Amino acid sequence: MPGDAYRIAASVTDPELPMLTLGDLGVLRRVEEHGSAVTVVITPTYSGCPALAAMRDDLVRRLTEAGYADVRVEVELSPAWSSDWISERGRAALAAAGISPPGPAPKRPVVLTLSPPRRSVRCPRCGSASAEAVSEFGSTSCKALYRCADCLEPFEHVKEI
Amino acid sequence: MEDFSEQGYGDSSQWAFGADFEDPLAGVDTTIPDGVEPRALAVYCLMLADDALVFSHRLSEWCSNAPDLEEDIALTNIALDLLGQARFLLARAAAADPTIVPELPPGSPVPADDALAFFRDADGFRNVLMVETPNGDFGQTVARILVFATARLALYERLTGSRDAVLAAVAAKGVKELAYHRDFAGRWFVTLAQGTEESRRRVVAGLGEVWRHHDELFRTHEVERELAAAGVAVEPSSVAGEAGAVLDQVFAAAGVERPSVPQAGMIGGRAGRDGVHTEALSRMLAEMQVVARAHPLGRW
Repeated sequence: MPGDAYRIAASVTDPELPMLTLGDLGVLRRVEEHGSAVTVVITPTYSGCPALAAMRDDLVRRLTEAGYADVRVEVELSPAWSSDWISERGRAALAAAGISPPGPAPKRPVVLTLSPPRRSVRCPRCGSASAEAVSEFGSTSCKALYRCADCLEPFEHVKEI
Repeated sequence: MEDFSEQGYGDSSQWAFGADFEDPLAGVDTTIPDGVEPRALAVYCLMLADDALVFSHRLSEWCSNAPDLEEDIALTNIALDLLGQARFLLARAAAADPTIVPELPPGSPVPADDALAFFRDADGFRNVLMVETPNGDFGQTVARILVFATARLALYERLTGSRDAVLAAVAAKGVKELAYHRDFAGRWFVTLAQGTEESRRRVVAGLGEVWRHHDELFRTHEVERELAAAGVAVEPSSVAGEAGAVLDQVFAAAGVERPSVPQAGMIGGRAGRDGVHTEALSRMLAEMQVVARAHPLGRW
């Protein structure tokens, strides 16, 4: 249906964070529709994030299924993606899935931090505010590893960038 | 023998080189800024790209070998960020001057960034020597990430103002990623230096090894000077003070002296930026490139 491309593109989910749509994640820049041709412009989260390729394939598939004959996906690098672009709905969806949503992104220039990262992170399982950082790197580029000091469960936190 | 051509194996999603954007810069405006020589811009992009690519590969060698699972994941995440930066920079180099891309057999699906990564010999690589030497132990790797990420972060901070829109954009993304790399290495450096006698001995020795290539990292090459004058590049020498101050901050917290070691020599005034490398790079590339070179058409 003409005029529907933006809604369809925005509803495609992230392959690694399937509780988030591309709209929620804030990687969808623009959708330009001309008849049955549509150009989707997305931006990578991290430079090396392999999910970008899967997003491209999913966008092409979903829009083709919806009847668009010519689907192009383009990349835009600037401005660089920020975790601040994750929507409120996306943050709630992350927390509901047991992933701690990011706090505000740091401002540039970034200062060296030799102490453990200071964030107010709540355990998404038990709500405890006493969680300890295990590693600033996790199962995907965008996540850090935490452990709750009360329920002792490990959980992931979407990093601020 | 099965005939794979009848089973959709010719589909682009099945290529060894596929399953990704064929051109990582699809849709990005790659117009060359006025007054800039395309060849020089391509060579400058190769310098930054090769630093990231070669260091990424070295870090990926830690995969399944790090002291514990968390550090294994951290080192390979850092490798992945650098690989992503390298891909954009290689693609930018190829877009600036397509003649730098190695020629492949007709019908090869290998995109330009992969052709540059997998089909150039060591003397075509423009990386600084610091990133190509073997990893050494975890302490040495921490020291290398610390020095490299600190220098590159300072450089990228300024490169965000480049007149080349692609370089500016890659730098702006890179700054965010390198800040995490630098913090990771800085924390580990202090932890190891303030840890046991053995961990301190090793991280200090590792820093000394890495420091042999310190000066090259901050030496401005003719191409960098030319492009910096055109507002496209940043002279690495211009960020030496700033990067040094950050490193001194880490050394102070760790109770470690800034190393004073003889610098690795240049050959006839040339080093990594001119394609003059150590034997270690050839060995690394042999392993990194062997599969791609055996199958330039991307099928087997």
